[in-house]
Amino acid sequence: MFANLRNLIRYRGLIQSLVARELKARYRGSVLGFFWSFVNPLLVLLVYSFVFTFVMPNKSEGLQPYALFMFCGILPWTWFSASLSEAAGSLISGGNLIKKVLFPAEVLPMVAVLANMVNFLLGLLILIPGLIYYHRLQMTPALLWFPVTVLVQLVFSAGLALVLASLTVHFRDIRDLLANILMLWFFATPIIYSWRQENVQRFKTLFDLNPFTHLAIAYQEILFFGPVGHWKWLLALGAGSVLLFLAGYWLFDRLRDSFAEAV
Amino acid sequence: MNAIELMNVSKVYRRYSGRHFATLKSALLQRSVLRDLQPSETFPALTDVSFRVPKGSAFGVIGRNGSGKSTALKLVAGITKPTSGAVRVEGRVSALIELGAGFHPEISGRENVFINGIMLGLSKREVQDRFDEIVDFAELREFIDAPVKTYSSGMYVRLGFAVAIHVKPDVLLVDEVLAVGDEGFTHKCLDKFSEFRRRGKTILLVTHSLQLVETLCDEAVWLDGGRVQTNGDPKRVTGAYLTAVEQGEQTLMAETTAKAVEAEAKAVPAAADEPADMFKSTEGRWGSREVEISEVALLDRKGEASFVFHSGDPMTVRIKVRAHHPTDDFVFGIGLFNADGVCCYGTNTYVEEMKPERLSGDGEARFAVDSLDLVEGTYKLDVAVHKKDGFPYDYHRLLYTFRVKSRQRDVGIYRPHHRWTFSSGIQFKAS
Repeated sequence: MFANLRNLIRYRGLIQSLVARELKARYRGSVLGFFWSFVNPLLVLLVYSFVFTFVMPNKSEGLQPYALFMFCGILPWTWFSASLSEAAGSLISGGNLIKKVLFPAEVLPMVAVLANMVNFLLGLLILIPGLIYYHRLQMTPALLWFPVTVLVQLVFSAGLALVLASLTVHFRDIRDLLANILMLWFFATPIIYSWRQENVQRFKTLFDLNPFTHLAIAYQEILFFGPVGHWKWLLALGAGSVLLFLAGYWLFDRLRDSFAEAV
Repeated sequence: MNAIELMNVSKVYRRYSGRHFATLKSALLQRSVLRDLQPSETFPALTDVSFRVPKGSAFGVIGRNGSGKSTALKLVAGITKPTSGAVRVEGRVSALIELGAGFHPEISGRENVFINGIMLGLSKREVQDRFDEIVDFAELREFIDAPVKTYSSGMYVRLGFAVAIHVKPDVLLVDEVLAVGDEGFTHKCLDKFSEFRRRGKTILLVTHSLQLVETLCDEAVWLDGGRVQTNGDPKRVTGAYLTAVEQGEQTLMAETTAKAVEAEAKAVPAAADEPADMFKSTEGRWGSREVEISEVALLDRKGEASFVFHSGDPMTVRIKVRAHHPTDDFVFGIGLFNADGVCCYGTNTYVEEMKPERLSGDGEARFAVDSLDLVEGTYKLDVAVHKKDGFPYDYHRLLYTFRVKSRQRDVGIYRPHHRWTFSSGIQFKAS
């Protein structure tokens, strides 16, 4: 297993070019092309701004502008959920490669996670000017937690992606199931509401069990609120994510030989 | 030194029958995840297969569809693992199994070449160095920046082939890819293979083209039903394979003929109800049966019943008859038709001016052809006994089928004995 894991590092050239291909191919043929990577988050931001400013205004103290607050969580969530749903189908849609070419299959879910990470980072270019404009982003050393948070999310997503990708080959239902689970998960995570609300705090234990809660809070603290008080949880999640990744890789490795036949 | 070694390799494919409706939910509810992942049925694709391919040689794998050829290739490529036994391969392998398998339709040929090359194990730098060579080989210079989805299937395959071959593998695996692409490109591929061999690289070729195996390969193996039937000299192996194919056809034709004769024998022997159109080629049997054809057999050179003949072989039609009453008015006739229903030849004892004198009891007539000068194809035979005026005793219409095989790909029906001669200005390479 660890020999194969080392291979993953050897394949970085392949992963790199596949991620580039993924990003290039995604918007090929559209008029705006690569700009969609910016336009998409911008449109989402505008929709949320409209809804939460005019339709159902949220005037909570300390969460203003509300759309910007939500955006701090929505952006990483989009990365997370898109990664998982793409990774789940990645082995099936890449079936030709697995069956006809000697190809390291684990590259495919990794590419799904990394391509979406690039989109996430591009989305930040929309978010950060907004944060600066409203004086929410503080230029303090606490910002150093940001890359740590991204890294934790990367490892966490990659671990789940490996599990989902390998199981989906055998149980195609996962793809449909996953869409619904992700929807539920989204609302169960303090993204479009604040975890500081009283009625959220009442269920604190339940929220603490949700790994993405800690990621969302970390992002919100780093980008929106300022002081980072959640770093212990973040590091714990980081350690858990490494274990998850290893477990996911182990499962993937065990099922590897069945892919070429079952895809 | 062997480049490829298969030692007692078996590959069992699992078939998950009944898994179509099994869902994750039911698997979890019934705690049958592990059980469902167990094979419910297995299918042996390869059984105890061993062969060696020496370094620098070309090795052919032949066999019918479903005989395990492609599985063997996938094992050598490392795409699947053997269930038991060992596969050992020396050096870098490139598999031409499905060309352009990794192409992404939306991006340009140029980008696909890079990604495909990297997938096949090259570094970016190596692809860069070989890029021009690849594009020239594929003859796609003017289209290289167009998205691959706009390519014709031929262009697609050419580019796939070009990338795969420029990986410069030590071992090249080829699975029936020469069937695609036009004549010119096929020749180019064959030239590339020859160049490969000159440089001491190894080729493993899976193909249905026996001619290719004979001309290109040093050795061959014939797989049937996942087992090695024979291996060694390609001429001998293809010969053995062809013989087996003929035997298979033989059995098939014997069955067809037996069925046709049986079906007609059951029909009530009505008197002389011959069909309105004698030239319409439908199978059937009619006649008064005063003289009955009890058996018809096609005999080969050795006098044994056969259904498959080679062009130029002798063939004898043996007709056994039984006359229920002695008669002096009888004609034996033979008609030969090709698969399109065209009459190739017809004759009878009357047109050949033989005067019938007496036919009684059991008898046997033989119609011997010294040399069956027909091109390859399936032929059918009319056999009849009738009166001089045409009144049928027993008419067997197209009931007997046989196959003529030929190594030559000539066309038409009749192959006259022939030879070519040329004046000194015209020369051919000695084959």
